[in-house]
Amino acid sequence: MALNYDQAVAKYDPTLGLEVHVELNTNSKMFCGCSTEFGAEPNTQTCPVCLGLPGALPVVNGKAIESSILIGLALNCSIAPFSRFARKNYFYPDMPKNFQTSQYDEPICVNGYLDVEIETEDGPKQFRVEIERVHMEEDTGKSLHVGGATGRIHGAEYSLLDYNRAGIPLVEIVTKIVGGTGKYAPEVARAYVTELRDILRSLGVSDVKMEQGSMRCDVNLSLAPIGSGSLGTRSETKNVNSLRSVERAVIGEVIRQANRLEAGERIVQETRHFLEESGQTRPGRSKEQAEDYRYFPEPDLVPVVPDSAWIEELRATLPEKPSNRRKRLQIEWSVPDKEMSSLVNAGLLDVVEETIKLGAEPTRARSWWLGEISRLANEREVDPTSLITPGQVAVVISLIESGELTDKLARQVVEGVVAGEGTPADVITKRGLKVVSDDGALMTAIEAAIAAQPDTALRVRGGNIPAAGALIGAVMKATGGQADAAKVRELLLKHLGQGE
Amino acid sequence: MAAISRDDVAHLAKLARIDMSNAELDHLAQEMSVILDAVARVQEVAGSDVPPTSHPIPVNNVVREDVVLPSLSQEDSLSGAPAQAEGRFKVPQILGEE
Ligand SMILES: [Zn+2]
Repeated sequence: MALNYDQAVAKYDPTLGLEVHVELNTNSKMFCGCSTEFGAEPNTQTCPVCLGLPGALPVVNGKAIESSILIGLALNCSIAPFSRFARKNYFYPDMPKNFQTSQYDEPICVNGYLDVEIETEDGPKQFRVEIERVHMEEDTGKSLHVGGATGRIHGAEYSLLDYNRAGIPLVEIVTKIVGGTGKYAPEVARAYVTELRDILRSLGVSDVKMEQGSMRCDVNLSLAPIGSGSLGTRSETKNVNSLRSVERAVIGEVIRQANRLEAGERIVQETRHFLEESGQTRPGRSKEQAEDYRYFPEPDLVPVVPDSAWIEELRATLPEKPSNRRKRLQIEWSVPDKEMSSLVNAGLLDVVEETIKLGAEPTRARSWWLGEISRLANEREVDPTSLITPGQVAVVISLIESGELTDKLARQVVEGVVAGEGTPADVITKRGLKVVSDDGALMTAIEAAIAAQPDTALRVRGGNIPAAGALIGAVMKATGGQADAAKVRELLLKHLGQGE
Repeated sequence: MAAISRDDVAHLAKLARIDMSNAELDHLAQEMSVILDAVARVQEVAGSDVPPTSHPIPVNNVVREDVVLPSLSQEDSLSGAPAQAEGRFKVPQILGEE
């Protein structure tokens, strides 16, 4: 009998380690002036430096150092008074230089932490994830493997290399061993990557788009029998490219490793690849032949020695912590806990804040983004923020508040905007969506309804207010749902002598 | 005597993707040991107050502004490549790695 997740964590204690790579959003590359713009023709953003041509000399991008220090400060790290680049030597064509310029034993930031909060059975609980190091390096080129059935490397006949990405500034953030999470390891892993992403976004140092690869996560995981006090052999799962995948990769590895251990097999220290479809991992290269990168200090670059005045200057520019911001907004908008976490998990905090800043009432702003817009996004399997802008939502809400749109009509307006029919105003004009607020037109419909249901009208006249529902319904139907129901009710009751 | 074994040389050759005959390995193991011995003498001179040097000139914090400069054209980028296709460098298949 194979163990499921609950059974696995009842016997084994997971230990996590997370390595996150972040592409910085500088204009130029790490060591040369080539553009970092995404989507250019292959090999048009390359030069002698990033192609590793003989005699070319790199010079580090000052902005990239600044961004790296900001990241370190936001993660409560110490900034190294002396830091150096190193060459990581390996034979693989994704770096034309045959080495990657990275940092080895002298990283720019060390010893930080990030507190994350997760929901447990006993309510919210905080975990401290300790940061081992933050170091600077450069991204690799993109390979295209041609031939072979799967497009994977095995069986490929040759590879095609585009070095536009080679040399884009990359920061690697490595945690220390994260233990003591018990069965909440998947939630802690996800909460950490989420919080990290939010911090990086608030610092403005990266696009942090996991789906597009500007933020990538490797998940290290090992299991040990509960109470053994020892650490098991770890696997390293790469290719984990969404927050949900981080959680799923941990679950998948816990189950896989637990079942191996149950069967008396050993865990191999290896790199595994996350499979998005199944949530499982498949083996990659084995690390049994220990990697030998022969790191040595990069002779073409000089050490980075940030002075303390500069560090303090940067520290003073740190933005509000995302966790504090969430708490503040929750109070300002008086949002219940559950709805707040829905907003955060859906990544809607920024757009809701923006919508409210543009004048929308907080409750309405939240419910439109979490409700109708999220529903349309789910149907299309896209991000809600890609469907409509906060400005457009604010316009729709203001039209509801002024009585020019009913909720029902507003949904049609949003649907039209999402369908690409233009701005809310365009959709309203094209689809003819306007609340029938003209009293004359409403009265005609009301009189028609009364004529059609004289008995009902009589009952209302006699004081049976609930009976008016049938008449209001008839009027709404006659106006194609474009009338404001409250207004119809008011006019109808007044007409039948029941107005207040 | 800074010993470098024949196995060390074979390992380095493998990492550097250099195919070496047995005779070459024997020869190089000896030769490299002599070189290492010579370099090791520097360590005898350097006292504990001399930090390891990675750069001949004591200079720090040389940085550039984050400004985009012109790159090579695709044609120029690929001009030194032994093979190319679809605007990309064409390299032999890579085995045994992901
Ligand atoms: Zn370049």
